[in-house]
Amino acid sequence: MRKVLLPALIIIGASLLIIRVFYLQIIDDSFKLKSENNAIKIKYDYPERGYIYDRNGVLLVANQPSYDIMVIPRELNNTDTLEFCKLLNITKDDFIKRIEKAKVYSPRLPSVFLAQLNKNEFAAFQEKIRKFEGFYFQKRALRDYEVDFGANIFGFITQVNDKLIEKNHYYKSGDLIGKQGVEESYEKILRGIKGVKYFQKDKFNREIGSYKEGKFDTIAVQGEDINLTIDAEIQKYGEQLMVNKRGGIVAIEPKTGEILALVTAPSYDPGILVGRQRSKNYTKLYHDSIAKPLYDRGLLAEYPPGSPFKIMTGLVGLQEGVIDEQTTFVCNHGFYYAPGRFQGCHCGIFGPRSLNVGIYKSCNAYFSNVYLRTIGKYKAPYAVDVWSNHVKSFGLGQFMGYDLPTGRKGKIPTSKTYKKMYPGWGYSGKTIISNAIGQGEVLMTPIQLANMMSAVANEGYYYTPHIIKKIKGEKIDTKFTTKHVTTIDKKYFPPMIQGLFDVYNHGTAYALRVEGIDICGKTGTAENFAKIDGVRTKMQDHSIFVAFAPKDNPKIAIAVLVENGGFGATIAGPIASLMIEKYLRKKITRTDLETRVLNISLQGRYAKLGGLSEEVKKQLRIQDSITNSKIKAAQKLDSLKTKKQ
Amino acid sequence: MKNQSLSSNIDWICIIIYILLVFLGWLNIYSSSLSSTEGTYEKQAIFIALSVPLIFILLYIDGKFYEKYASIIFVISLLSLVGLFAFGKTIAGQRCWYAIGSFTLQPSEFAKAATSLALAKYLSDTQINLKDVNRQVQALAIVFLPVMLILPQPDPGSAMIYSIFIIVLFREGLPSWYVWTGFITIVLFMLTLVLEPQYVILMALVVIVLVHYKSRIGDRNIVLSAMLFALISGFVLSVNYVFTNVFKQHHRDRFNILLGKEVDMKGIGYNTNQSEIAVGSGGWFGKGFLEGTQTKGGFVPEQHTDYIFTTVGEEWGFVGSLVVIGLFTGLFLRIIYLAERQKTKFSRVYGYCVAGILFTHFFVNIAMVVGVFPTIGVPLPFFSYGGSGLWGFTILLFIFIKMDANKVNEW
Repeated sequence: MRKVLLPALIIIGASLLIIRVFYLQIIDDSFKLKSENNAIKIKYDYPERGYIYDRNGVLLVANQPSYDIMVIPRELNNTDTLEFCKLLNITKDDFIKRIEKAKVYSPRLPSVFLAQLNKNEFAAFQEKIRKFEGFYFQKRALRDYEVDFGANIFGFITQVNDKLIEKNHYYKSGDLIGKQGVEESYEKILRGIKGVKYFQKDKFNREIGSYKEGKFDTIAVQGEDINLTIDAEIQKYGEQLMVNKRGGIVAIEPKTGEILALVTAPSYDPGILVGRQRSKNYTKLYHDSIAKPLYDRGLLAEYPPGSPFKIMTGLVGLQEGVIDEQTTFVCNHGFYYAPGRFQGCHCGIFGPRSLNVGIYKSCNAYFSNVYLRTIGKYKAPYAVDVWSNHVKSFGLGQFMGYDLPTGRKGKIPTSKTYKKMYPGWGYSGKTIISNAIGQGEVLMTPIQLANMMSAVANEGYYYTPHIIKKIKGEKIDTKFTTKHVTTIDKKYFPPMIQGLFDVYNHGTAYALRVEGIDICGKTGTAENFAKIDGVRTKMQDHSIFVAFAPKDNPKIAIAVLVENGGFGATIAGPIASLMIEKYLRKKITRTDLETRVLNISLQGRYAKLGGLSEEVKKQLRIQDSITNSKIKAAQKLDSLKTKKQ
Repeated sequence: MKNQSLSSNIDWICIIIYILLVFLGWLNIYSSSLSSTEGTYEKQAIFIALSVPLIFILLYIDGKFYEKYASIIFVISLLSLVGLFAFGKTIAGQRCWYAIGSFTLQPSEFAKAATSLALAKYLSDTQINLKDVNRQVQALAIVFLPVMLILPQPDPGSAMIYSIFIIVLFREGLPSWYVWTGFITIVLFMLTLVLEPQYVILMALVVIVLVHYKSRIGDRNIVLSAMLFALISGFVLSVNYVFTNVFKQHHRDRFNILLGKEVDMKGIGYNTNQSEIAVGSGGWFGKGFLEGTQTKGGFVPEQHTDYIFTTVGEEWGFVGSLVVIGLFTGLFLRIIYLAERQKTKFSRVYGYCVAGILFTHFFVNIAMVVGVFPTIGVPLPFFSYGGSGLWGFTILLFIFIKMDANKVNEW
């Protein structure tokens, strides 16, 4: 018995140790990670983001160095707080708060003490940084905006959020990413690929060499420069014209589909979303739910297009052969499209008129008749789809596929739409007659309007609008060089174009002529409603204008929308004319017009919308109310109709 | 003539294991020393080289020499410990080194072998019966003399090793209640640290009462039971008192870490935490020789000495750890096997002492590294860096190998 004790102890002891070692090494796998956190330091080498140029090679967005002041709380030693705070222009309370925050994160690891100082802010501090133990700096590249416009086009740079980090393993916490605009849609090209270096750390958190001789290291790939299709001159001019107004301008080069200008108002200086004031400014922009400066109206604002849609009605009518150039209709300040149902018209000409006059006088009666004939040509549901398909071939009622991250489909109704709206009932052209004049169920965004004008200018084809002109060392997406042909034959366009030209000669835009430039255009207005103090109120119409120029060999197609601007020719029309002149001539001859437009302020009208309680602001969804009201009106009309029957 | 037969008589299993352990130890010291600039692995190579002639001398000396001069060796060893108080060099708060030039010598490493010899000599010299209380006291005195000299250095780690002599004495006839007392003392000590003292006393009371009434009527002794209870209560309370009032904070911390009471991983818990990370990150096959990130980063303090096993765990993984633990266990069991077949009591007792001392070092060291024993400075035999340690263990082992080789020629 006595002989067994020591061997037994030895075997038991050794077994205990083996069990413990087995537990540590095999069962509990937390130690591997702990050891990596401990001993391996990953350093990223962030390549500089690519520059952004305009179509003519004008530099719009570059980079600037920025400096983060880093702190390792444990290494702090006798900081001269007074001097330190003075150099960085912070208060002592702020200093203490930031140090505490860093300590909470980790006393041993570096954390950002003060982020994104610019060169000037940093210069004074840099000379003295050696005096402050525990502090050091980290250089980063920030965006440097060479211009104070185009914020909606560029988008901005921000830190990635946790959701994306989970989804996309390229991004790590604290990485920067492009949001909105081209920064988002060309993120991969602009950012390049960051390099990774693994270092072996020692217990003092010092690097003592590369990990495994750099076996896992990768080299950073520089971001590529890009050229946009934007023309900096007219982009800037467009934003100036839109000061104190809300709305959007989209200009497209018809021959290529290149977006020449994409203006939204109100906008902001892209420079304010860089540096220390970034988050403060962003919050301000983000929470402005009335003016919505971050909302790109050129791409997102869906409205019933109004009169410009008569172009479509006319073209479809011609294509379907229900009218020709000579076909005339009578207008008596409107017409009775059904017993007791009168549609007003403001064209002011009695008696029969042809297509040409119908367009330049924007006669509701004329186009309503065309529409009735078009829909009447086939049986009810099919007829709507025939019309719908023609219209959709202009890129309407669908996402257009342009290279900017935001957009709306707009709406072109089909037989399905009406099956839903009028379940169980039949309907005729008369039921949906508002579509003829761009009311009813039709919704379009400014870029869709501009694209429609592009197709008209090209007499029946368009290229998908896009904002990328050139990527260094790469070809742009072939979808932007693929021609889209509309279902309207080329021969039907000239009479329509002549009509649009006469809008300037005899029609609604007579006062907007520019000497020496043949502009074809069309005015429009969009009714809209807003909830003010909980009451649905009809607001001043949105002013709409579409145009292209010159008439022969068009170089620019444009759509302008000014919220609550009133009749199309009062604000939107002048803006379109000025933009066209600026682009084609590089100077303005209609200075009278220019001065007038620059001085117009609609802030008074918008004030009605502002100053509301937060609750009301939330309810305020202009578009929703429009769509809803349209549907309700149509249903009411339909129920009246059935009563009569 | 004797030397010719020596090679066929010595136990090659022990020697091969010894060589393997020393070699593996040096490899790991080499790896762990790359993070520091001191040339520890070169020095260790010199220590190893110097132990070769030492081994030849040990094997050349007549086996009878040790038995004959055991007492003198013991006295010299004790004197060397006493001399520390006058001439010792203090390193890291411990006055347990003699400095000769740049080399330092730690006499307590050699005292273990000397004490083993003295104990073996005492037990073999006379017809000793350890049932005799006087003999018990004398035998324990041999063990406690060096302990008394080592404790105040202070070197509680080395002193603790001597507790294994109780097991050796038990093998030679010491009454079993010594072992029980030792065992119960340790259990009570740990319980007192984990629980409040009053609960431990309550538990003791319940156990004593149960034992009292379960035993036969004739064996019941109310006085003995009461005294036992009083003794236990007194011990528990004094442990509690010593722990809170006599122990210094760093002593308390060492126990608290183990008991999971303290989790300050940047302060006192750092050592254990880092050594667990190093071992734990090794996985099945380890990170590879010279590839241990914890080792390279120098995260584990004292890695080349007391924490050398972390390098094994990190770079060689579970397989490597198993090999090392297996080699040690094999050596211990081999020594005990050899000891049991000795013809003289002297060499048997000595063999037991060797196995016991080596095992205690091995167990306490690795248990500390993997976090199941308080942080205490005990080297891993043959592995840890240090000349005194290596030579002390070499002498301890090879004296026994020589004795074992001699047995054939004895009678």
